[in-house]
Amino acid sequence: MTTVTETHADTHEHGMSDAGYIKIALILAAITGLEVSTYYVNFGPLFMPALLTMMVVKFVMVVSYFMHLKFDSKIFSFLFYVGLGLALFVYITFLATFKFFIA
Amino acid sequence: MWLFLGSECLLFGGLISTYMLYRGRVVNGPHPSQIYDIPFTSVSSFVLLMSSLTMVLAVSSAQRKDDAKTNLWLLITALLGATFIGGQVYEFTTFYREGLGFTTSLFGSSFYALTGFHGVHVSLGIIMLLSLMGIIKKGKITGNKAEVVELIGLYWHFVDIVWIIIFTLVYLIPS
Repeated sequence: MTTVTETHADTHEHGMSDAGYIKIALILAAITGLEVSTYYVNFGPLFMPALLTMMVVKFVMVVSYFMHLKFDSKIFSFLFYVGLGLALFVYITFLATFKFFIA
Repeated sequence: MWLFLGSECLLFGGLISTYMLYRGRVVNGPHPSQIYDIPFTSVSSFVLLMSSLTMVLAVSSAQRKDDAKTNLWLLITALLGATFIGGQVYEFTTFYREGLGFTTSLFGSSFYALTGFHGVHVSLGIIMLLSLMGIIKKGKITGNKAEVVELIGLYWHFVDIVWIIIFTLVYLIPS
């Protein structure tokens, strides 16, 4: 009984323990280190895709685990990702209108 | 809160895309690559990232109904946020001394508008964290305490994810 109570106390209501959050933070810190390394090391044509991929991975990890979207009701994911998708669509169109993507 | 954060995506999306459009428009004053201090901004980014960890630990403590630890993690989060803001003030002061004012160039205007707006959001977050600490200490939350801490936490994590994007698109990708 004590074991069950302790396990419940140590585990987050949304399904993650404090140790789990620390692991996520360490992964995020490592990715940040890799991001910063692209400033010093020449990654050639991989520079831009690698940097954008790392940015998206960090974004999704914070939203999914720290903001608990992964464990919450799907309606919250819908509200947030629809807002995000709408923003991306509007502003990519905006940038394309001003010929941002043409070298 | 999620609906509000969705609308905030639109606000920051506008500011980020305006910066992307204008970052190369430098007639007067310094160019981005001449003034950005990547090691310094990397440390600031790391500080803000770690504040997300302390915030989620505050939520976790609140769910265990441990008020003392909740307040401790909230205080650490606020201090990390204040450190980030201190860094931003230092950065703005340095840039201004190096000749980049708000009206110096389109790059300057869009840079200060974007990062300044983000800084205001972090500052508001710090005020919210400190107010929450006071409310918890006075025992004025009648409903689910963990839910209130989580709502403030959502806002705090949001300013962190916005910085994740700003750090990559503004600082690490050259114009």
